[in-house]
Amino acid sequence: MKRFHQTLIPVFDSIGSGVLGLLEAIGGFAIFAGQTIRYVFARPFDVRNLLYQMGEIGVKSIPVGVVSSFFVGMVMALQLGGPMEQQIQGISTFMGGGIALAMVRELSPVLTAVLLAGRVGSSIAAEVGTMKVTEQIDALSTLATNPIHYLSVPRFLAALFCIPMITVMAIVVGVLGGALISNISLDIPYNLYFDSARTLVRSQDLISGVGKTFFFGAEIALISCFSGFRARGGAEGVGQATIQAVVFSFMMIIVSDYFITYIFQLFGL
Amino acid sequence: MNAQAPARETHVRLADIYKSFGTKHVLRGVDLDIYRGEIIYIIGKSGSGKSVTLKNITGLLKPDAGTVYIDGIDVHAADDKALNALRRKMGVLFQMAALFDSMSVYENVAFGPRRFTSLNEAEISELVREKLSMVGLKGVEHLNPSALSGGMQKRVGLARAIALNPEIVLYDEPTTGVDPILGAAVDDLIKSLNAKTGVTSIVISHDMASVFRTAHRVAMLYDGVFRLIGTPDDFKKSDDPVIRQFVEGSAEGPIPIL
Repeated sequence: MKRFHQTLIPVFDSIGSGVLGLLEAIGGFAIFAGQTIRYVFARPFDVRNLLYQMGEIGVKSIPVGVVSSFFVGMVMALQLGGPMEQQIQGISTFMGGGIALAMVRELSPVLTAVLLAGRVGSSIAAEVGTMKVTEQIDALSTLATNPIHYLSVPRFLAALFCIPMITVMAIVVGVLGGALISNISLDIPYNLYFDSARTLVRSQDLISGVGKTFFFGAEIALISCFSGFRARGGAEGVGQATIQAVVFSFMMIIVSDYFITYIFQLFGL
Repeated sequence: MNAQAPARETHVRLADIYKSFGTKHVLRGVDLDIYRGEIIYIIGKSGSGKSVTLKNITGLLKPDAGTVYIDGIDVHAADDKALNALRRKMGVLFQMAALFDSMSVYENVAFGPRRFTSLNEAEISELVREKLSMVGLKGVEHLNPSALSGGMQKRVGLARAIALNPEIVLYDEPTTGVDPILGAAVDDLIKSLNAKTGVTSIVISHDMASVFRTAHRVAMLYDGVFRLIGTPDDFKKSDDPVIRQFVEGSAEGPIPIL
């Protein structure tokens, strides 16, 4: 007959090893991120690889980001227009400002980051994870090439710079989408829409909105590379790494969005 | 039968290496001097720590205690720069070849030369062709690794490993998963490369036919230490039941099958 406290031991055991595993992963991630940033400044600078990754991560993501943002702009106009006008007369004259402000400060940055976390994060984690389980990463090391330097740095830099650029495109296209629907279904003239947008959106809003996507880009690349590097044991391990990369990137984007916005506001952004 | 091992100058020294994973003590005091220019086989059953030993030599794993010296330099005390300098003198053929699958055969073999030599592209192209022909391949430069058979992938892996003219080549189970004819061909490659370039060859294997065909010396891992280090003849003549069982490939004997 087992005593009560004995039956609890396995419970504490699994809680303990779970907490340890989490702490180990967080510590490992911090070291990994630090090394990646350190190797950004280390020779050789692999420009060819960086350009290739900018194509993969950046250029090929433009359609996804831009098309989605266009429709978000349109649906915003649809949602804000008719129903709002019924409650507050004349509110639709502020349509341009409302949509532009939302797109600039929050919707385009977060939407672009989340979409790219799905597209880019999964592909980075799957590629790096496959390289890990097929010993290609060991092969890099034995070819006197640091795998973090070779794999993580170009992906990190590409995500860091491409995601803000795509966000800017997404903002422009989203505001245009809003203008189109405002004009077609709500009869708001284009000049009224854009005047309102110009009055309400300040340059600080743009700095805040686009500024935080640098952090999102860094998060996506680092989390996804790290997940790939930790992949273990064949196809299943690669699948796990891919799931981890996407889920943690999503969560980090949403959670860090709050804190980054909070800190930006302290600086009046 | 086997070529005589050349003059005995220690090239790689494993000094009292211990390595555990959790409660599993894989290596418990491994000592071995590997001589310059010899072909030495490290044998043992699956899970006996052969690959761990190999990874300790290449610096991919750090031992818990003890260390590895290459040309007298402590691999595990070396900083990044020194370690990379050592690694440029090593070539590794991985078990599944571990070719970079996002690159062509040409780019795989050219990887090291492009990064570590100042050769221009024409010279690199010449070098790649030369290395591929050394492993018996021709006209596959533009192919992707996925388009090659397993045996060809291993050849390309070997061409990549020797692209920078290493002083040591490490082979991780080169004949595992290949048919007997190809296995013999791989053995011939190991021998001819050793004869042509005088490279120190360290081979991880459990293929006794390959051992007797190719090795100058053999070291058998058992219970975390080297049970016997000697010539292939020493292994044939040994009356140690553990050695006998392994050499004869018998299920009966002191070695647990697991």
